[in-house]
Amino acid sequence: MKDLAWIDLALTAARPQAMGALLRYFRDLDTAEEAFQEACLRAIRTWPDKGPPRDPTAWLIFVGRNSGVDQIRRTARNTALPDEEVLSDLSDAEADMAERLDGSHYRDDILRLMFICCHPDLPATQQIALALRIVSGISVAQIARAFLVSESAMEQRITRAKARVAKAGLPFEAPGAVERTERLGPVAAMIYLVFNEGYSAGATNADIAALCGEAIRLARLLLRIFPGEPEIMGLAALMLLQHSRRDTRYDAAGQIVLLEEQDRSLWDRRQIEEALALLDKAIRHRQPGPYQVQAAIAALHARAAKAEDTDWSEIELLYQLLERLNPSPVVSLNRVVAISKVRGASEALSMLEPLGEALDGYFYFHGVKGALLGQTGDTKEAREAFGRAIALARSPAEAAHIRHELDRLGESGA
Amino acid sequence: MLYAILCYANEETVFAWSKEEEAAVMGRLNAVQEPLARAGKLGPTGRLMPTTAATTVRKGKDEPLVIDGPFAETKEALLGFYTIDVETLDEAIAFSKELSAVNPGSTSYEIRPFYVFHPKGSPA
Repeated sequence: MKDLAWIDLALTAARPQAMGALLRYFRDLDTAEEAFQEACLRAIRTWPDKGPPRDPTAWLIFVGRNSGVDQIRRTARNTALPDEEVLSDLSDAEADMAERLDGSHYRDDILRLMFICCHPDLPATQQIALALRIVSGISVAQIARAFLVSESAMEQRITRAKARVAKAGLPFEAPGAVERTERLGPVAAMIYLVFNEGYSAGATNADIAALCGEAIRLARLLLRIFPGEPEIMGLAALMLLQHSRRDTRYDAAGQIVLLEEQDRSLWDRRQIEEALALLDKAIRHRQPGPYQVQAAIAALHARAAKAEDTDWSEIELLYQLLERLNPSPVVSLNRVVAISKVRGASEALSMLEPLGEALDGYFYFHGVKGALLGQTGDTKEAREAFGRAIALARSPAEAAHIRHELDRLGESGA
Repeated sequence: MLYAILCYANEETVFAWSKEEEAAVMGRLNAVQEPLARAGKLGPTGRLMPTTAATTVRKGKDEPLVIDGPFAETKEALLGFYTIDVETLDEAIAFSKELSAVNPGSTSYEIRPFYVFHPKGSPA
């Protein structure tokens, strides 16, 4: 069993590059997936006896390519020949493996594999599902559990997403420098979607929570092939910092624990240190972007040994910068929270007012409003705001948290 | 002789370990180091962060170049190191074999004798 667990990790690690290369050969997602699957089965049969090959990825690509070619030949006897383009590409694939792996193909293969999951026609949930299936190789059953749908429903969802991607045409031409950079943005956004799916899951669902670790793995992979991109460093740092708090965000009963009340000694120091190192690297580039700024904000929380030590005025400045880079009412709401810490609840409330229209349907807006009104002693209006928040809560834990706030309001006796 | 034992691994697998896998491997590795530590032969040990956290300063024509990423793009990256003070190379090899046996993530251990410059961390 120990052997198999080890092989499983090796196959998972090799998957994006191997799948990317097989997709380039076969130009068809299903064929590439079947070829990779077949190569994995052979690895499980032969590696335990012979030991892992020196370069497992090259081994999987080579074996997968051969099995895919066999499959196409078998099918070809029963159906029409594949079109000329596919055939000529196969003969091209006979070229020396090692040379191909060392080439720049490698980077573009992985980027392409990730990029096709970000097609703008695909809704966010389909992008996430497709990435988890195609890039990460997570089983349909496990993805279905994470999304709380049946396996057949998830199977259908992924099949539909694949069809849509195929219909749009897979981008096989080697991208130029500009296209490469253009692809990075959507890919980074997709990875952050995967992370947030896991982050917002709450304490109870381990299948969803695992998505955070997977997103971090994908970001490291992307950073390894684009080592000089400050926004990818920022994204990785941001996710590491948020994930470092995973054991403290909920109490034993599954209730939300706010940042200031979390037990900071339980934050994952290793992840924090890695994130701070990445952020330092990113800042040297002097190209601030939304991920870097959000990571810098999270880093200020991570650097504060106690909640009281938090540098809120610096956080407020960073939210100002984020408002300029990435204007959105939600960012402004976060800035209002920082302002309340620096300049008090009354000033924060006056800045909250203009956001009301845009954020009226947003849980956090009413939660923040209730808390600020509570601080200024306006208990009646605070209750009203908290009531709105409960109505808009997206999970029982969120609703329970606001009820707790309401109870505190009562205790203060105002 | 002072040896650095340099552990090489595929970092994609090592940094994908679950908490439980990580704890199990570290437990076994600590057990291997225990006898050496008791004999006073074990120096500082460390794990390197992923190569994505690395920066390389490379000689340029004029100013040295600062490059994001590791010194070399390889399948196997330097993952961590042990420093030991043992009598013979055989002892260093035996120690490395034991480490290798309990760490499924490692691919190679390079045993490299080293000169000590600043044992207390000060050049003075």
